[in-house]
Formats: sequence, structure tokens, C-alpha cells
Amino acid sequence: MTGLRIESFELRRGAEVLARLDVTIAPGEVLTLMAPSGAGKSTLLAALAGALPPGFSHGGRVVLNGRDLSGLPTAERRIGLIFQDDVLFPHLSVGQNLAFGLAPGGSRTARRAAVDQALDSVGLPGFAARDPATLSGGQRARVALMRALLARPEALLLDEPFARLDSALRDQIRRLVFDQTRARALPVVLVTHDPADATAAAGPVTNLFGQPVPLPEAAPILSQKISHGGPGV
Amino acid sequence: MKGAGAALILPRLTLALLVLPVAAGLAGTLLPAVSGFQALIGWPGLPRAAALSVISGAASTLIALGLTGLIVAMLHDRPGFALLRRLLSPLLAVPHAAAALGLAFLIAPSGWIVRALSPWATGWQVPPDLLLINDPGGIALTLGLVAKEVPFLLLMALAALPACDAPRRLAVTAALGYGRLAGFALAVWPALYARLRLPVMAVLAYGMTTVEMAAILGPTLPPTLSVQVAEWMMAPTLDRMETGAAGAALQLALVLAVMGLWHLAGRLGAVALRRGAEAGRRVRMADGPARALAALAGYGLPAVLGLALAGLALWSVAGRWDYPAALPEALTLKHWARAAPALGSTLATTLAIAATATATALVLVIGCLEAERRAGLAPGRAAEAALYLPLMVPQIAFLPGLQMAALALGLDGHWPAVAAAHLIFVLPYAFLSLAPAFRGWDARHGLAAATLGAGPARIFWRIRLPMLLAPVATAAALGLAVSVGQYLPTLLIGAGRVGTLTTEAVALASGGNRRLIGAWGLAQLVVPAAGFALALALPRLVFRHRRAMLAGGAA
Repeated sequence: MTGLRIESFELRRGAEVLARLDVTIAPGEVLTLMAPSGAGKSTLLAALAGALPPGFSHGGRVVLNGRDLSGLPTAERRIGLIFQDDVLFPHLSVGQNLAFGLAPGGSRTARRAAVDQALDSVGLPGFAARDPATLSGGQRARVALMRALLARPEALLLDEPFARLDSALRDQIRRLVFDQTRARALPVVLVTHDPADATAAAGPVTNLFGQPVPLPEAAPILSQKISHGGPGV
Repeated sequence: MKGAGAALILPRLTLALLVLPVAAGLAGTLLPAVSGFQALIGWPGLPRAAALSVISGAASTLIALGLTGLIVAMLHDRPGFALLRRLLSPLLAVPHAAAALGLAFLIAPSGWIVRALSPWATGWQVPPDLLLINDPGGIALTLGLVAKEVPFLLLMALAALPACDAPRRLAVTAALGYGRLAGFALAVWPALYARLRLPVMAVLAYGMTTVEMAAILGPTLPPTLSVQVAEWMMAPTLDRMETGAAGAALQLALVLAVMGLWHLAGRLGAVALRRGAEAGRRVRMADGPARALAALAGYGLPAVLGLALAGLALWSVAGRWDYPAALPEALTLKHWARAAPALGSTLATTLAIAATATATALVLVIGCLEAERRAGLAPGRAAEAALYLPLMVPQIAFLPGLQMAALALGLDGHWPAVAAAHLIFVLPYAFLSLAPAFRGWDARHGLAAATLGAGPARIFWRIRLPMLLAPVATAAALGLAVSVGQYLPTLLIGAGRVGTLTTEAVALASGGNRRLIGAWGLAQLVVPAAGFALALALPRLVFRHRRAMLAGGAA
């Protein structure tokens, strides 16, 4: 069985239930979760990645391409995670950030080539030696995406990855991300405030309890206003 | 969880290293003390020596705390304050002995201050026969302690200030018409003092029991109790050591009693402050004088310390320098050349001890902080208190016990044993300096690395430790400075056979060869200064192409 199966999954803080999901995400499909800030979206993603913060607990299990992930540490789950701000390692160059993600093995030349190719593929040729701090927001987002993909994850979690980008760039990066995840047939969980993200994801849209969330008719200008003024921006 | 037990080894070991030597040392001091009390009580200097310890320690702590409060209250949000803030760490790194030697040069009858005023103002053609240092009342000692402890308390206060909500509370009190001093005292100080309690106790314990500062600046006949105890402990006969142990026990009792009184006074002070708040007096008139005094203390004390150290430097290269000339007639390097062979070998010993103690402390502290993250532990109050234990229990009260244990085991007089003793005092400073950076590290970097397949070890070595290079380098420099500055542990555990720059400089102090004292006193500064320079330069060099690392935002 392929895809990401989230089975009878319940996220709790003390006795309070923050999320309850039972859903399968097929390869190449994007599940969009929409909820107000503070509802526990980021914690839910951390729980799926196996990094539940202290004070939280969960029930149920997560099965990825037939592997039960229960009890596996984050490093062995093969689930990628992309944050709202890109969380590039500030002490490493762009190329070293990517090489950190790259699965181990291969000669130094081969690894450098893989990194350069990844940079080429997102329109950042020759960026390997650059300091991440000198990159624009859009460039950093692309590096963060490629770093996650070079680790060959079997699923990808996106924690409002477009919220910090300005609107023109947001469209472009969104398209890039979903093209890449579809091309690699990755099941994706996206949490967001922005209905435009959900529209672009073109998959099921629910709240943290699996109930469908209706999207407004496509109204990009309005949706951008909401996302700018909404909480968490 | 797998590895959780193993992860706790380092925290437990560190805790043991903080608590056990102190406890064992205390026991080892108190046991032989019983047979020494007779001789101690028979010493005619006892009442005066004990009174000197109590008064100079308590007075210097009270003045230093008062000045610290005043400086924070009146100056902390002033533009010029950034400079003072930057000066604090270097000032803190100046060994007590070097500061005392420099101050002694500055205020002695033939020192810079008298020279600057003579003969035009004082009429003195020869150095006056005044006890400006080593005065029987311990005033020079008290002032020296104040000068050295204000930077420490100020640094601790500034670290605690963000948790005290000062800007908003001061804005509220100002809007209600309170003067700055009154607003600060009534609304911010109670919260700030609550966080300063342990450092203040450490200052009090140090002030009451310092040996090296009292030996240089303090009275001589009799000296303070701790100086006398150290003399007894260094005597080669058993009955003298027993007298010393009894003196150490008395010293401990005095410190505990003064700490108890201090606590009571603090309670009364808190009541008085609440009464003051009820009374509603705005006391705006106090702000002018308070600001002037704060500026005088805040900028004057570093200037005095700076002058003192400059005096050391000048004496070390002074040729003929007649009284009352303010400057020597000629400069020469011959004193340095003459001291060089002895300086070189002593520097090597000093460095070996400091590097060993600091490296061990860093491994333990970083191991603790990493274990804390991996096991998801929250730091406990008891563990925080244990950190201050070696700083709050007077050295003179537990080192004699350790000295006798080292003697029994044949470890005394070897530098690794001295390094082990230094470790007890380097550990707390290394921890206090590193913990905020490690605990403040953005854990999302760890999560990002884990989702890329990195295990805990790889995250630590490749991400967390390199990102925290700057604070680790600073903690290393601080550790070196603390070790270089240690006098009593070196003297007692080294059994007089392990000489460091500090013990040699203090030993020279009584000899009166100013040029030699200047050279050795200055040499004491070299290791801490080089350490802090390296700590500043290293991250700037390593991360010269990493803008976010230089901004300090990531660490």
C-alpha cells in the first residue's frame, strides 16, 4: 500500500484534543489543513514527523508506504518538513545546506554535482558557495525545498511555507513546490491560512478534525488580502 | 527511552563535581577543627581579624550592590551605556590579585594619585607616612572589593533585567509622576533583586573570605581571618593546620551568620519598599544626585581599574622614577628580560592548568546542556542552586579539607590536582555563561536536520555546536580567566610547589619591588586578555562569509 496513511490519529495537549484525523494521502496528492493560528497545526506536523513537543501526546499511528512509523525517531521516518521561514543553517553555505540534506554516500565530486544540479533545476545556478543570509526570500524558499527533496523523503510536510513570500513570488514558488512533489509522487500535508494555497494544492481541504472546509470562489485579490492581514503573517 | 540513562551520566557527574568536593572539603575541614579551637581562641588577634572579615565583606557587598542598583536604575537605557556594557566582561576577567596590585600602586603613599597631587597641592616632598593601603580599618580592602565586584553584579543584573519587565514598569511609574530612582526602586528592584540573590551571596562570601585581595590591600597586624587561616594552613606543622581548620570553621560560621542577617535585612527592606509604595511619594528630587552618583560610579570605577592596570604596565617598564614625578624618566625592558625565564615556565604551568580545567568544564557543561535537550529536561531549581555552591561556600572553609585529602593521597603539589581543584570553580562560570545560548538555540534547526535524516550526534556536531561557536569561545575565555585568577586553590592544593602567575604575583606583593610586581601583575592579565581576544576573533574569522552568524541573531 502506497501513500501516507494517518490512522485514527489524535493529538492532545493534556486532556484537550487538538486534532483528530483518519485519512490516506495518495502519492502526488496534497492534503490541505486549514485552521486558525494556535490551533496546533505546527504541532500536528511535528507529531507526524516524530518530534512531539513536551506536554503533548498522540494516539493512533502513521503508516508511510506500508511502513508503520510508530516509535521511529524523526531521522528514520523519511518525512521531509518545510517551515514558514526556511530554517536554512546559517553557518553553512547554500551548497553545504543542500549537501547536508543529500542522502549519504558517493564521492565528493558526485555530491557536489548533485548539489549543483539541484540548484540548476530551481534556477539558482552557481549559488553553491553563497551565504544563505545574502539570498532573497524566494531564493531561500527554493533552497529549502531542494534541501528537503535531496534527502529523498517519501512524504513532505509543509508548514505555511508560502506565508512569508510576497504575493507575486508566492504563486511562482507554490507552482514550483507542487510540480516537484507531483513529479516525485510524494504525498504532501500542507497547513495554511491562505485559501489560494489550498486552491493551488488542488487536493482535499479539511480542518484539523477531517471536516471539509469550503473554499471561497476563486478570488485571488481577496485571498491575498486575507493572507496578508490574517493571523500568523 | 534508549540512551536516556546514558544521557544523564554527564549531568549527574557534573552535579557530583559541584557538590561532592564542597561537601567532602567541608567535612575534612571541620573534623580536625575540633582540636584546633583551643589554639585559635588563644590567638590575641582573633576578635579584630574576625571583625575585619565581617565588616569589609559586608560593607563592600552592600556598597557594590547599592552602586549596581543605582547604575542600572539611572543609566541602563542611556545611550552611553553600551560602552560600559562592553567593558564589563573584560573587567570581570581581570584576576582579583592583578586588580588589587594595580589599585595598591594607584593609592599607595607613593602611588599615582599622591604623585599627581604632590607637591603642589599636598606639599609632600617625600612619600607621606600614611597607611593608605593596608590600613588597619580595611578601607582600602573594602574599596578594592567594591571596584572588582560592581562589574560582576552589574553583568548579572543586566542579564536578569529583561525578565523584570523594566521598560513598561518604568513607563508606568514615570506616567504616575514618580522619579526614575523611586520608580525603579518600587517597581523594578524587587523583581531584579530576587534574581540577584545567589550572585549577591557569592559576592558576600567572597568579600568576607578573600585571601589574595586582603593580603595585598588589607591590614596586616592582624590580617583578616582568612589570610591568617591560609598562613596557618601553609605551615608545615600539624597543630598549626588544626588551628587553621578551626579558623576556617569559624570563618564559615561567620559567613553563614552574615548571610542570615543579610536575608533578614532583605526582608525588612522589602517591607520598607512596600511601605514606600503605599506612601506614594514621588521623590523626583533624588534623580539629579542619583544620576550624577551613578555616572560617577559607572564610569569612574572602570576608569580607576583601567588606571590601576596602566600603572602596573608602566611600572614594569619604568627606568628611574623619582618621587613625586608623575611619569618615569626613562622606559626600559630590562625588568621583563630579567623576569622572562621565570615568567615563561610559570606561564606554561598556568596555561596547562587553565586549559585542562576549562576543556574539562566545557565538555561537562555542553554535555549537560545537550543531554537536557535530548531528554527534554527542564532545568531544576536545585541544580541551579548547586551551581552556586562552590561560589557561595567560602573557599577558605572547604579547600583546607581538600588540601588535607590531597596530602593524604599524595596528590598535593602536582599540577593536575590543582587543575581538578580549579575545575570546581570554572564549572559554575562555564555553565552560567553557556546555558542561555544553548537553551535559546532555535530548536527548529534540529528538527529541520532530523527530517533530513540526521541523528542526534550529527545534529549536535554539524549544526548545534558550530552554530554556538561564539558563546562556546566566550565561555572558554571566561573559564581560562577564572582559572588564571584562582589563588587559594592553587596555593593549598599546589602545596606551595605549583606556582601560577597569580600565586607568584601575590607572593611578590610583600616584597615591594614594584617593577617586578608590575611585570608579574601584567602577565596575569595576558592569558585572559588573549583568551577574550581569541573568543572575539574566532567566530568573526570562521564566519566571515556568514552574515547571519556575525549578526549574532542565530546564537
